Amino acid sequence: MRNIFLFIRIYFNFIFFLFLMGVSLYMLFTYNRFQHTAYSSVAGEITGKINIQYNGVEYYFKLKKTNDSLVKANAALYNKLKQDYEMPDTTTKLAIDTLKIDTLFHKRKYLYMPAKVVGNSVSQPNNYLQLHRGSLQGVSRDLGVTDINNNVVGTVVDVSKNYSVVMSMLHRQSNISAKLKKTGETGSIVWDGVQPNVVILKDISKDVRVGKGDSVITSGFSDKFPFGLLIGTVIEVSNDNSTGTHIIKIKTGANFYNLQYVNIINNLQKDEPQQLLKSVKKINE
Amino acid sequence: MSNLLKNIIRFCFFILAQVFILNQIPPLHHLVTPYIYFLFILWLPFKMGRRSVMILAFALGFCLDCFTKTYGLHTAPCVLIAYLRPFLINLLISQEGAESNYNEPSIQSMGFAPYFTYVAILTLLHHGLLFFLEALQSGGFFYFIIKTLVSAAISLLLILLTELIFARKQRFRTNTV
Repeated sequence: MRNIFLFIRIYFNFIFFLFLMGVSLYMLFTYNRFQHTAYSSVAGEITGKINIQYNGVEYYFKLKKTNDSLVKANAALYNKLKQDYEMPDTTTKLAIDTLKIDTLFHKRKYLYMPAKVVGNSVSQPNNYLQLHRGSLQGVSRDLGVTDINNNVVGTVVDVSKNYSVVMSMLHRQSNISAKLKKTGETGSIVWDGVQPNVVILKDISKDVRVGKGDSVITSGFSDKFPFGLLIGTVIEVSNDNSTGTHIIKIKTGANFYNLQYVNIINNLQKDEPQQLLKSVKKINE
Repeated sequence: MSNLLKNIIRFCFFILAQVFILNQIPPLHHLVTPYIYFLFILWLPFKMGRRSVMILAFALGFCLDCFTKTYGLHTAPCVLIAYLRPFLINLLISQEGAESNYNEPSIQSMGFAPYFTYVAILTLLHHGLLFFLEALQSGGFFYFIIKTLVSAAISLLLILLTELIFARKQRFRTNTV
């Protein structure tokens, strides 16, 4: 027994080192679980407050770019107004539209919530955004996030009271279901960590013809994003010989360097299909 | 200025500089991600106990991880270099009694060549472990080796600049050890 105590006393520094190393490696390798612990949301609140101070300065320098993209978004919305379309009237019967899109959200599926970006990175191997909008303002985990012009940005992964953390598309574990607009093939979007603003579309079979400049949009299969949001445009196509699929490089529609405002998309009808899927799985088990 | 106050200011300064300057600048290349925040650990006083250095290193790494949302990724390399720091100082210190004559490691107290060997070795170790942990999740062996070497070189350049810009005047305290 005495020898054990002696051993511990002699090697105490080394044991202490191993202990601290163990704690940090444990945090690293269980980080998906760790992110949802209580003190990570406290840390989120504190870093959010610091980030917002910095963003106050940074935002001022990017006012011009933010304004430009808002003007573009406005123009796109004006172009969708009903009075811009005029056709000779062919209807013979007046039908009253009973679709409820009132303020009670009876039939509404997607609700957009704007949020200010207070923290953002593009140079790390795994990038996150921090938004100044949290659970008190209606954000929850696993919601989709788009930029002002409705191009895909990422997914909410963690929420504290007033802030939320978004896993950006520039993250190695990000996996977004995507579709080629021209031919309709679906694949998934991943990031290889090489270039910001360039992601990769996988799982598209070799015999599909893909050209430069083709649009890639969301497939609408996941409950995070509605169908047809722009992810990006094709800039390079190469072949993966081992699997017989294309590796398609895509320039993202969202510019991750100067995100100032984003929209969080809340799918109000997500519970029902999920429960259905769960009950089907239960029956088949 | 007292030692404690100086180190508290340094702690905040290095974290903020790393998060809001080095992590914000557009990357030159995906292999270049410079770090200087761990200079805080290298600049801690000679007299500080090994356990306190390790605890401070843990806190420093964890603070940075809170900002980058990668809990543990920077903490592990910080703890490693904090553990190895005293061995290197004992090996490289040239003047007899420099630990007691001077307050903390610097060019003045250790001499240029030993000081930069000390910084270079710990920088390499820090970057090595950091990018190794990163490569475990994704990326290959050559990616890890090249990224470590390139990033460490750029970091060393930045550290040299930091040393030149923020020259630390060290008082020669006494020669009666």
